[in-house]
Amino acid sequence: MRKLKDDVLLCLIYLAAFFAEFLLIGILVYVFVKGFPHISLHFLTTVTSVLEGTVGIAGNLVNTIYMVVLTLVIAVPVGIGSAVYLNEYARPGKMVRLIEFTTQTLSGIPSIIFGLFGMVFFGVTLGLGYSILTGAFTLSLMVLPLITRNTQEALKTVPESYRSGAIGMGAGKWYVIRTILLPSAMPGIMTGIVLAVGRILGESAALLFTAGSGYFLPRSLGGWFHKMVESGGTLTIQLYLSMEKAQYDIAFGIAAVLLCMVFCMNLLTGLLSNKLGDTTDGRG
Amino acid sequence: MSQSKISTDKLNLYYGAKHALKDITIKIRSNTVTALIGPSGCGKSTFLRSLNRMNELTDGVRMEGKVYLDGEDIYGPKMDVTRLRKRVGMVFQQPNPFPMSIYDNIAYGPKVHGVKNKEKLDEIVERSLKQAAIWEEVENQLSKTALGLSGGQKQRLCIARALAVEPEVLLMDEPTSALDPVSTLKVEELISRLKSQYTIVIVTHNMQQAARVSDDTAFFLMGEMVEFDTTARLFVHPADKRTQEYVTGKFG
Repeated sequence: MRKLKDDVLLCLIYLAAFFAEFLLIGILVYVFVKGFPHISLHFLTTVTSVLEGTVGIAGNLVNTIYMVVLTLVIAVPVGIGSAVYLNEYARPGKMVRLIEFTTQTLSGIPSIIFGLFGMVFFGVTLGLGYSILTGAFTLSLMVLPLITRNTQEALKTVPESYRSGAIGMGAGKWYVIRTILLPSAMPGIMTGIVLAVGRILGESAALLFTAGSGYFLPRSLGGWFHKMVESGGTLTIQLYLSMEKAQYDIAFGIAAVLLCMVFCMNLLTGLLSNKLGDTTDGRG
Repeated sequence: MSQSKISTDKLNLYYGAKHALKDITIKIRSNTVTALIGPSGCGKSTFLRSLNRMNELTDGVRMEGKVYLDGEDIYGPKMDVTRLRKRVGMVFQQPNPFPMSIYDNIAYGPKVHGVKNKEKLDEIVERSLKQAAIWEEVENQLSKTALGLSGGQKQRLCIARALAVEPEVLLMDEPTSALDPVSTLKVEELISRLKSQYTIVIVTHNMQQAARVSDDTAFFLMGEMVEFDTTARLFVHPADKRTQEYVTGKFG
């Protein structure tokens, strides 16, 4: 009797596992099958234009890259800085716990609320309007907790003996942080960045009313700089808009491109942290 | 007795309300090995750490009294703590090589103190590793991570790292307690060899070790320094009954 019960349970567990795997693989395959036929060099390198009769996502691709880079440029230094402060400088106590609690809560807020705040504060109050910069500032707020928390967790695992060893040689605190702590925490920092990039690539609600949906390419060299203060929709925004207009073939094309980007991103960071890990954790 | 390198005058130290060191007055001779012995929690490590101001890193520590290095007050306003820690190096209980290459571990200290020249660094690395009797073992793998070494090698690497900044005093906090017997002997031999150039203060749990490597021994008990004498006399004719009981293994 007991044997039978065990077997049935085991079956159910396997079933659940297969179901979960199947669902994921199913979605991936479905998106790629539907999307790949629409991906062409033309699709990737031109901009949608009614006048020229073209359909393309080059503008959105560029916007996405701008968004990822700008957001990281803002969020990574601030995130790492605050993690270093919390872990290395602040005295442990109520204040630190409060800040940690706040960052944790921050990461659970629905993104549309960030969008609302970003639009009103960065867009209107600071006068940045609908622009990639407004979007990047908004997203920075969203991904900051990811980077801070991951960096902090990584710093916590750096053995105390590294700190005392270095300080015992006369090294100053900042020197120790720079030469030992941050390099040791690199894998954790990378994890935070990967999660952040994932969030940036996938975000739509917080961007719709901050970065807007512009999809043109700059026409001059100066335009590439000016682009930051212009409206620019990422791939995910364009995907959303295409769905709204029932242009499902374009939507699936974009979806496939996005998935590829996420995949490459994960591969790259995996390689990168392996390489960095060689010198930091000695497994190499 | 030869000239004293480090001396303390009525050193008292408190962890919050706990009186961890009581009126310690000691004169540590230049170019000798001084062993600090005593049961766990007697204050010997705390005392050692007060000699290069490592106690300052612990919260709630308060100190009274003086510590002199070559007659200079190390807690005085003129003392630069970076300079002090260059002159008074430290080796810890757990070997703690940094997560970087063997070369970078040794070069770490000199870089802290401003040595940038590559040739000079090469020279320091080779000299330090030779001094710590580990050069032959690692000569061909200087660019490999130091974390791949064995426990004994790691500790000798840490000694080399401490020597790289050319300190005058070497503080060793139970340097062999995490090592196997063979590695322990290597480190002990190293200590006897190094004392011609350095003044060494070593905290040890192992009384045979104290007897083997040290010239002078101080016996600590519950924050007090019960007795301080030449090792030969302290182990054979201790003046205090408590010392006698401890060195003969009656407690501790």
